[in-house]
Amino acid sequence: MDFTDIFSTALTQALGPNAIVYALAAIGLNIHFGYTGLLNFGQAGFMAVGAYGLAVTVVVAGLPFGVGLVMAFAAPLLLAVLLGFPTLRLRADYLAIATIATAEILRLVFGSVEMKDYFGGSNGLTGYSSVYKDLNPYSEGIDWGIVRYSRDDLWSVTVGWVLVALGCLIVFALMRSPWGRVLRSIREDEDAVRSLGKNVFAYKMQALILGGMFGGLAGLFLALKQSSVVPSDYSTNITFYAYTALLLGGAARVLGPVVGAIIFWFLLSGLGSFFGQATSGVDPLIPSWIMDDTQSSLVRFIITGLALMLLMIYRPQGIFGDRREIAIDGR
Amino acid sequence: MDADSTGRAGLAGVPTDPGARKPDPLIVGDNISRAFGGLKAVDVEHLEIQRGVITALIGPNGAGKTTLFNLLTGFDTPDTGDWSFNGKPLSGVAAYKVARRGMVRTFQLTKVLSKLTVIENMRLGATGQRGERFWSAPFKSLWSSQEDEITRRADELLVRFKLDAKREDFAGSLSGGQRKLLEMARALMVDPELIMLDEPMAGVNPALKQSLLGHVQSLRDEGRTVLFVEHDMDMVRHISDWVIVMAQGQIVAEGTPASVMADQRVIDAYLGAHHDTDLSEMDEEAIMEEAMAEIEGTKE
Repeated sequence: MDFTDIFSTALTQALGPNAIVYALAAIGLNIHFGYTGLLNFGQAGFMAVGAYGLAVTVVVAGLPFGVGLVMAFAAPLLLAVLLGFPTLRLRADYLAIATIATAEILRLVFGSVEMKDYFGGSNGLTGYSSVYKDLNPYSEGIDWGIVRYSRDDLWSVTVGWVLVALGCLIVFALMRSPWGRVLRSIREDEDAVRSLGKNVFAYKMQALILGGMFGGLAGLFLALKQSSVVPSDYSTNITFYAYTALLLGGAARVLGPVVGAIIFWFLLSGLGSFFGQATSGVDPLIPSWIMDDTQSSLVRFIITGLALMLLMIYRPQGIFGDRREIAIDGR
Repeated sequence: MDADSTGRAGLAGVPTDPGARKPDPLIVGDNISRAFGGLKAVDVEHLEIQRGVITALIGPNGAGKTTLFNLLTGFDTPDTGDWSFNGKPLSGVAAYKVARRGMVRTFQLTKVLSKLTVIENMRLGATGQRGERFWSAPFKSLWSSQEDEITRRADELLVRFKLDAKREDFAGSLSGGQRKLLEMARALMVDPELIMLDEPMAGVNPALKQSLLGHVQSLRDEGRTVLFVEHDMDMVRHISDWVIVMAQGQIVAEGTPASVMADQRVIDAYLGAHHDTDLSEMDEEAIMEEAMAEIEGTKE
């Protein structure tokens, strides 16, 4: 059992590109759910249109990379407006249903054989990220013992954490303002906000667009860091992992989703490599009649789920959440 | 318009018929109706609310008082009807626009924002905030001076409503009566011309009731118009200048508190024969006899 290896694998993942993707997606969900109370169960859909916005523009339409970036932001904006118009006037549940369904429809359309010419079918699209790769200033990767990244990953990690920091700054600036106060009030009781002369629909739409664009940014970053856009990367469980990260870190806190994403990936890959080691070799720590090495890769999800349950029981506000905000329930 | 037709003085010559015309009306409504399934919750032929006075809306449960409130404030859409506020048509206008025009309501079940502090609840009430616009929100210098001004006004109101000690507490930790006060104070942050209170006395203890009565009267004294729904006849008797009685969705009587409470139809429909008597002072035997007679009556 090599604990140094387990720890360094976990830390590398926790600070790596995957955690950044979830951090960005969870920042968006924090704006939706944490601050405004909008139940968006289709963040994977926003991610997908962000990623495909870039890939289709560059690969299929043959337009420059810069135009692709603009499309990667325009597509989630458009999706938010399309989803928001029919559902934001209704109760919160309708948005949840509409978003989860839309995310699935998008994934299936992007992967369909009929649309293969536009979206590349189940193999997805590649060959749009050379501009991004060429910008890489590093000549080689790093191996500090506790974290190790390849040259490509090091570039993605740099870009990614800058994006996360900018995102946190935007959320901080917005949420301390009266605008943020209106959002938090809508989360509590939208009729009260309406009775005070605020256009609740407009605020919910703004929140949906902003959070959706963070989802799109997460998808765009995922597309850039792995140089391919594949429909199976945008399945519904991505949305729920992002929610897990958000609740773990603490909703309605600026750094909540970021810390949550780091912890989520630390646990997931740490447990993965622990059980991987414990079930492999000639004389494994865990005998094969309990668990073999193919099962071990799934056990980490069971343990993560269990940890999440314990967290919700003993610390429902998450790591950063304010206990008082949870303890009081006026309704 | 001469001074005699405005405010309370103007009510002197108003006939006590349902839908009576007022000399200086703030709200004028016609044929307002709203049905839920087969039930006509509101069916008001004509309604006028005098400016600058306290008008009470009373009636039995299910009479359509709250539904009428919801319709007038844009929280519900009527099947038919038109009404105007300050001479401008207001039917079909969205709730938030109604509030911006100066017509603000409170709710029967208070809607304080539990997970915001008392002072944040108050700040939310102010209208025309630069910091509430998306593009100026991230830049504190654009809205901080206005925020200070809003906070100053909010603090003044909190002192007036004796909530200043609770300034930094979460609104969810307030008692029922304090929530009513906070909701009223928050509504004043909008600086409304008409304030509509839905059962302001429900669940409020007797000591606080006295101060609430004072607050409602002070609203009128500073020139606002007050319309409230209430079951507490003490409040209606003491502070209202005009009373409108609803039953089964219609206005059945109107008048001064004294004339309405003497109206036999109102007593039959709503108040009950003993509404003026203190139950503890009544002859207990008489009550028992009456009750026994009723029980006998139902057996037959």
